[in-house]
Amino acid sequence: MARAQFDVGEEGGDREGGSTVLALRGDWSATELGDAPRRLPRRLEGVQVGGLDLTDLGRFDTAGALALIQSGVHLPEDAWSDRPEAGRVYAMVEKLERDQAPPPKRGPWAVRAFGRVGRGVEDVWSEMVLSMAFLGRLLIAMGRAIVAPGKIRWPAWVSQMERAGLDALPIIAVTNFFIGAVIAFLGADLLTQFGAGVFAVQLIGVSVLREFAVVITAVLLAGRSASSFAAEIGSMRMNQEVDAMNVMGVDPFQALVIPRLAALLIMLPLLTFVAVLAGLFGGMLVTWSQLGLGPAFFIQRMYEDGTMFMHLMVGLSKAPVFAIVVAAIGCRQGMAVAGDVESLGRRVTAAVVQAIFAIIFLDAVFALIYLELGV
Amino acid sequence: MTEARTDEPDVRLDDDGDVPVIEVKNLLSQFGERVIHQDLDLVVEKGEVLGVVGGSGTGKTVLLNTIVGLKDPEGGTVKLFGVDRAEMNRREQAEIEQRTGLLFQQGALFSSLTVLENVASPLVEHTDLSRDVIRELAEMKIAMVGLGPESHHLKPAELSGGMKKRAGLARALALDPELLFLDEPTAGLDPIGAAAFDDLIRQLSDDLGLTVFMITHDLDSLYAVCDRIAVLADKHVVEKATIEELERSDHPWIKEYFLGPRGRAAQKTAA
Repeated sequence: MARAQFDVGEEGGDREGGSTVLALRGDWSATELGDAPRRLPRRLEGVQVGGLDLTDLGRFDTAGALALIQSGVHLPEDAWSDRPEAGRVYAMVEKLERDQAPPPKRGPWAVRAFGRVGRGVEDVWSEMVLSMAFLGRLLIAMGRAIVAPGKIRWPAWVSQMERAGLDALPIIAVTNFFIGAVIAFLGADLLTQFGAGVFAVQLIGVSVLREFAVVITAVLLAGRSASSFAAEIGSMRMNQEVDAMNVMGVDPFQALVIPRLAALLIMLPLLTFVAVLAGLFGGMLVTWSQLGLGPAFFIQRMYEDGTMFMHLMVGLSKAPVFAIVVAAIGCRQGMAVAGDVESLGRRVTAAVVQAIFAIIFLDAVFALIYLELGV
Repeated sequence: MTEARTDEPDVRLDDDGDVPVIEVKNLLSQFGERVIHQDLDLVVEKGEVLGVVGGSGTGKTVLLNTIVGLKDPEGGTVKLFGVDRAEMNRREQAEIEQRTGLLFQQGALFSSLTVLENVASPLVEHTDLSRDVIRELAEMKIAMVGLGPESHHLKPAELSGGMKKRAGLARALALDPELLFLDEPTAGLDPIGAAAFDDLIRQLSDDLGLTVFMITHDLDSLYAVCDRIAVLADKHVVEKATIEELERSDHPWIKEYFLGPRGRAAQKTAA
């Protein structure tokens, strides 16, 4: 391999107006061309080339031919007689019409900026319309599944329950354990300053039962399951599997969405209950070690409080709603995937972000409702 | 110190075409217990256009993947440009990558790049040419495979199947490889497009001295383009010969392949 070089020299000095010879040396190939395409036309300006000297020419490919043609050189017909195969490459490139497409038009920046804003607003609107349409189809599919339970795909349902629910058990238990422990640390420290250290138990009870267990579990499932639902259904769409189902007369909602939704509907409350136990266990260990209040005391305080059962019910009542939100957003974004990889990435991101936002938002709505109800 | 630096190993690849471009010996490929190739030998000379045929599941694509290095063989040797793939050093490997081009069955275009950027990507990666020259080279390759300039700024998702194939071929040709691998290049093309594709391959191999390893089921392509045809059956290459010789072969699969109704039709058009 040698870099592409060239020389321009006179030949036949004995004759009047002897022709100029262009000598090509080295490899005139894409990898070795370097800056020869830039130097060659400058050197050849105003020079009439009468022949080529190819004795030191190595590889000659279409990149080299293009560089030569673009230098504007006019070669005599017999220029390539020493290297006919290079001549064929040259001839092939020479007769190609290289039409150039202008790059896509870009308007002035102000127009583009407003255009982006406008498109963004339109996107929000069309997202909403599509979400409503999805919700409608989902309700119809759910109604059909209830009317004709024979059509429910039990194997898919059970397998989703295992993947989205059972497999999430360790991470949910561990996360909630630490959440409970952190609340206990903060509460014990703060409340002992007022001499009310024993109320740390109530603090842990209320916060874990009512809010943290269910919200943390739902957020974890939003990260874990909403993303996987969107990615699974999205790749199936890219692979035209969803189209195949439609053509075969299989309702993709029945086959893909309902099993996932039903699986989370059952598993999220169960996981929330596990999260409650893990959170309380974490809190109990901390009150025991920090305040010297043993497990028996902890359980007795919880039991004697009397409102704890209600707090547990408030927490669990949110679980099915969050389950529907996580599953529906995940599946909805998966169904919206277009043909390319970028849209898959965008949709999976949107699934997780929207699901987490919806969980927090709905939790606030629940808080207001229960406040008004006085529970 | 005049000693040669040891961290820059020599490139031992053949440049003159004295040795076969591809040399496969005693290849053994298997997935778990399932043996795909056993004692497979195949030699491809420089400048040859080789068609590889075989029934479904005979391991044509596995053979291609083994030769280009996407899959390690379970036994036997694969030599490219005279150097054993297993003993190649880093620089040789890099040079092989520049000297070979591969057109995947589905095109395998990068979906986040436009057609022009896709074709330019090997040039950007492997050459020190200026951006303008790279753009012009890419435009030339796109014109070469018969795509119009209106396709330059399209994303792969906006292309039809045939256009994807052409763009994939333009990308495979970007660095003017000496060795081109094609995995079913004409599958999914309309007959006119397929014929144009055949002409293009033939012209490239004639003009650029390209060596082509082409998996195909297209009998018309075999007649129009291929110098020789290797037939994969019974886990190895049962025959590698010109198409005229294969028509006289006694092997039952080859007989059925070339003398079946489709084979006869292709013969007629080729004659």
